[in-house]
Amino acid sequence: MRTARKRQLSAYVALFPAFVIVLFAYVATVGWNIWISFTDSKLLPVNTFIGTKNYERLFNTARWDISVINVVVFGVLFIAGCLVLGFLLAVALDQRIRFENTFRTIFLYPFAMSFIVTGLVWQWIMNPTLGLQSSADAIGFSWFRFDWIVQNDRAIYVIVLAGIWQSSGLVMAIMLAGLRGIDRELWKATRIDGIPAWRVYLHIVLPILRPTIITATVLLSISVVRVYELVLATTGGGPGISTEVPGKFIMDYLFGRSNIGLATSAATVLFIAVVIVVVPWLYAEYFREKRRGIV
Amino acid sequence: MRRLLTAFLGATALLSIAVTGAHADGKKAEVLHWWTSGGESAAVGELANVFNAAGGQWVDTAIAGGGSTARPVGLNRILGGNPPSAMQFNTGTQMNDLADQGLLRPLDDIAEQGKWKDVLTPAFYNAIQYKGHIYGAPINDHGYNWIFYSKPVFEKAGITEEPKTWDEMFADLNKIKAAGLIPVAVGGQPWELQSMFNNILLGEGGRDIYLKIWKDQDTAAVKTDKFKHVAEIFAKLRNYQDVGSPNRDWNVATGMLIDNKAGIQFMGDWAKGEFIHANKVVGKDFGCILGPGSSTFMMGGDIFVFPILKDAVAADAQTLLANTIMSKDGQLAFNSKKGSIPIRLDVDTSKLDLCAQKGIEAVKDPNRSVLSYDVLAPQDIVQSNTDLIAQYWTNPSMTTDQFVQQWVQLMEQAK
Repeated sequence: MRTARKRQLSAYVALFPAFVIVLFAYVATVGWNIWISFTDSKLLPVNTFIGTKNYERLFNTARWDISVINVVVFGVLFIAGCLVLGFLLAVALDQRIRFENTFRTIFLYPFAMSFIVTGLVWQWIMNPTLGLQSSADAIGFSWFRFDWIVQNDRAIYVIVLAGIWQSSGLVMAIMLAGLRGIDRELWKATRIDGIPAWRVYLHIVLPILRPTIITATVLLSISVVRVYELVLATTGGGPGISTEVPGKFIMDYLFGRSNIGLATSAATVLFIAVVIVVVPWLYAEYFREKRRGIV
Repeated sequence: MRRLLTAFLGATALLSIAVTGAHADGKKAEVLHWWTSGGESAAVGELANVFNAAGGQWVDTAIAGGGSTARPVGLNRILGGNPPSAMQFNTGTQMNDLADQGLLRPLDDIAEQGKWKDVLTPAFYNAIQYKGHIYGAPINDHGYNWIFYSKPVFEKAGITEEPKTWDEMFADLNKIKAAGLIPVAVGGQPWELQSMFNNILLGEGGRDIYLKIWKDQDTAAVKTDKFKHVAEIFAKLRNYQDVGSPNRDWNVATGMLIDNKAGIQFMGDWAKGEFIHANKVVGKDFGCILGPGSSTFMMGGDIFVFPILKDAVAADAQTLLANTIMSKDGQLAFNSKKGSIPIRLDVDTSKLDLCAQKGIEAVKDPNRSVLSYDVLAPQDIVQSNTDLIAQYWTNPSMTTDQFVQQWVQLMEQAK
């Protein structure tokens, strides 16, 4: 009993620095951020309380509305796209094909690139006067039109495309690891039963991969919430302000626009949105099942 | 007696140099700025030379990435108790918050000695003040509202004269279009569109309405027919751009004029640097127009502010630096490289180019010059409007009335 307590104590001592960091670097700054969002801070943070004025303005700002819609569209399509494509790639690689290592490296390679590089590359590819369309024009295919990036209502899909290109390799790697973890005996059993492979994947493998899928989704969701540099490099938020996202909204108001109050209120809204969506889900996925003793 | 004192001081100074080694050879001032492109750093170098020649010691802290990167760095250093001797700001309201918190050194005495009031245009003299005190030493004067045009393109389209009204301008743009060239080189980034809109607002709308909107933030001026007319001209220009315009950098757009692919570009005088870099000559290869409509010069620029320093020697270096910045030598040396015009009206400007001459002529007449919108209004208001203008430009389904109404709403919110 005493040794157990001692062990526990030493664990707490070891964790103490991390605890302090979490308390001051995360909790305290979040708290401070929330407080500042209720003040009249412009270029510098000040402590003049103005109530919910920043929030009123935030929800009356067209750019914020556009940003929120964009991040939802981006989030849904990006996560779904990455999961589907990543899973299909993983299944393809799982067929014990030749040159598996080579393919795996190729598919994972985009993930080694930063969002800035990804964005820039896609900006050039999609630019109608530089990229695909102008190449097609040059060789005579003048009917070929691919100018989403300059269209108000399509440009966000270019960002989705670039994001999927960058991140689906990561999902593939995670899924592949999951697939390799599945017992070979299971495959033998299904083969004996004469179940077609696609049904095995859909109805047996996918449910087994549930924790893997969750891991991938969490990782992808984090990049959705903080998406900033991808937009900056691909469209700069344009055409006009049609591809703005909350992350960019916050950064712009924090620095270029010297309105710390509005920026922190946007950050707070984003924070609350994440908490509302993520916390119940994480709780359901991890803690409830643990209590039931399944995981 | 005085001579004796000087000798004594000199001897002490020598002694201290001997003691502390090479470093104490001047009044040391650390200058934080964001001029990092080729032409810009050459201009800073010139200013540093003048300062060093006057007995100072320039310590350069250049931060790449523009004002929005450099400003927070400087602010954090000031708030953290380790301020630079001087820090660059854009002329205007950017310095107000710092001045309000009592973090900046008032320059009233230096300004009085240097007779700043006499050598600056009234507009600029007001722009460096906050609540009656002077806090900024202005260094340059940039013209924001030029229309540059390619002479070969104008020739090819059969245009012989610079357009003086917007009707003439649209007729000319049609000619360029008919000649198979791109009429307007648009850089579709929001700030470029904002600049373009204000160019038309000042030229066609006129000085009064421009000042009412930006200086007084008067929403009644936005609701006038004249403003609506300006918005319609702006919207009409959408038909004269090319498909590659969204998110295009301003210098790429200038490149389209240099390559004689496009006719005109709305841009500030920093675009001149691009032409000059490509060995193009003002008046021969390209021209510049103020207007169409009234030819009023929209000016902005950069200032240096001086955080309060406890060390008397360091404060002394600040004084020297402020005087250097406002000296005729400093102004000419810096601005000849920067592409802007000197802020003092009493320097010899005969060596500057044709466009700069045009600008100076306008600046000398207080009725033909105004401060730029980002000097007059807080960044917050300016940039919220930038979003709206960009939205209007890229979304043809937004009507002029909706545009006006949202503009009014934005102004009321940001108050």
